[in-house]
Amino acid sequence: MSIDVDTARRVAKLARIKVEDEALPALAAEFSSILGFIEQLNEVDVEGVEPMTSVTPMRLKRRDDVVTDGNQQAAVLKNAPDAREGFFAVPKVVE
Amino acid sequence: MSDLTKLTIAAARDAMRKGELTSADLTEACLGAIDEAGALNAFVHKTPEIAREQAKAADARRGADAPSLNGIPLGIKDLFCTKGVPSQAASNILEGFKPEYESTVTTQLFAGGAVMLGKLNMDEFAMGSSNETSCYGDVVNPWKIDDRNLTPGGSSGGSASAVAADLCLGATGTDTGGSIRQPAAFVGITGIKPTYGRCSRWGIVAFASSLDQAGPMTKDVRDAAIMLQAMAGHDPKDSTSADIPVPDFEAALTGDIRGKTIGIPKEYRMDGMPAEIEKLWADGTAMLRDAGAKIVDISLPHTKYALPAYYVIAPAEASSNLARYDGVRFGHRAKLAHGDGITEMYEKTRAEGFGHEVQRRVMIGTYVLSAGFYDAYYNRARRVRALIKRDFDQVFEAGVDAILTPATPSSAFGLGEMAEADPIQMYLNDVFTVTVNLAGLPGIAVPTGLDAKGLPMGLQLIGRPWEEADLLNVAYSLERAAGFVAKPARWW
Repeated sequence: MSIDVDTARRVAKLARIKVEDEALPALAAEFSSILGFIEQLNEVDVEGVEPMTSVTPMRLKRRDDVVTDGNQQAAVLKNAPDAREGFFAVPKVVE
Repeated sequence: MSDLTKLTIAAARDAMRKGELTSADLTEACLGAIDEAGALNAFVHKTPEIAREQAKAADARRGADAPSLNGIPLGIKDLFCTKGVPSQAASNILEGFKPEYESTVTTQLFAGGAVMLGKLNMDEFAMGSSNETSCYGDVVNPWKIDDRNLTPGGSSGGSASAVAADLCLGATGTDTGGSIRQPAAFVGITGIKPTYGRCSRWGIVAFASSLDQAGPMTKDVRDAAIMLQAMAGHDPKDSTSADIPVPDFEAALTGDIRGKTIGIPKEYRMDGMPAEIEKLWADGTAMLRDAGAKIVDISLPHTKYALPAYYVIAPAEASSNLARYDGVRFGHRAKLAHGDGITEMYEKTRAEGFGHEVQRRVMIGTYVLSAGFYDAYYNRARRVRALIKRDFDQVFEAGVDAILTPATPSSAFGLGEMAEADPIQMYLNDVFTVTVNLAGLPGIAVPTGLDAKGLPMGLQLIGRPWEEADLLNVAYSLERAAGFVAKPARWW
């Protein structure tokens, strides 16, 4: 499968990674090469095979629905690039 | 440099228990060796104050019944969150990040008395097979045969280099597609990836959650058993960690493998495989046969499709896991231009913070999960993954105890030599190891020989799920038969 520049631009947008226009053709070529490699999977007969969800047949554990952690506002905000008045600060989202 | 840093974990433990050695002296020797080994670029955040404090505490509890790792100086891969110490996953996007918490694995190691010397270099977010994608720069392999600098492999390249160069007695690694076993083979040490679920993933920066496992990288099989013991166990904070007993791994090392059945998979004999790797494999097979094991030819028919399935599943999970790096809660945020909104903040932050390989994998993952392609790529890859696991299940049901394969398709190559190659050429490094992650099995790399150039080569043993004890014992038998003792000559 060949990936064109428009598709590469759309994927970059979906991934929220800024890619300059001049870098898009090389990126599209890399995607095409990797997807070409992946397409070998089409040779495999997967009829009737369920997609794997868990590598070990293990039932996820359950626990009582109670609060086990919390009240750590300072620790949660400690590494934020911009924290103000107990909140994460970001550029204006809604006009 | 004193010879103390050359000790194995077991030898240092025994000497400390007898009162012949203090952790303080051992730790100082390691700190000195690290300071002299800047050329290897293995340790990227040194923690001498923490190390000296932990060593002092270890010496205070020294005695015949102290835990095995009491006072043992270790290196910790940068992927593990360590409280108050930079934990960056070798990425610029986590620059300045100092976790407010400690990963479960390192919590267990330190509770067992281990000493942290510092954080070890790696490929960015564990994505790479040569340790050339790190924000800290390349790690250099202590093995040198000409004027080139060689790769230690990846992604746990710093761990591999540090253990092989005797900067620490052991190191933590993580393995998503071969990131413990391939670098271990490239530097001539032992590395085990346990069964998926054996070690808690809590507090380890996530790459591909259904494949990631932590494991030890050590100077020999006994040390791997000792260190894995301390790392393993159930953790309520990781719902995929297994709530089953952890056996005594060291006690399982009898070296007696009489009556065991070892499978040799024909699909691992690749076209164009170097004759030296083929010979290494045949020699290893003969060693296990001589030790009393029964050797059988087996088939794992879907092996060929493991790498392409991996390069759908791992990037898909990575694109989801790495969505959290948005410049809001931790790490890097790009400087914004006037009028930039929140979308520009995400896009600029991620473009500046992620390196090229990480960006490529996140975008491939985004593509294979996007509307219209989810079934064709992601679900098909998960179906193929089920078939790969079924191959192994059938072989184990037929009575095979362990499978012997080469660990890598070549010995270590030069740093920069793959720079112009197609990314797929680099991905092929994991061709023998990636099946094990897809099937969730334990796998161990053991050094068994040198190639004609004088570089180490390793073999891989693959075991049944949860049977690391048995696997370690087969590896121990192979190690004793191979008698690999070569060390890199010091040039750094």
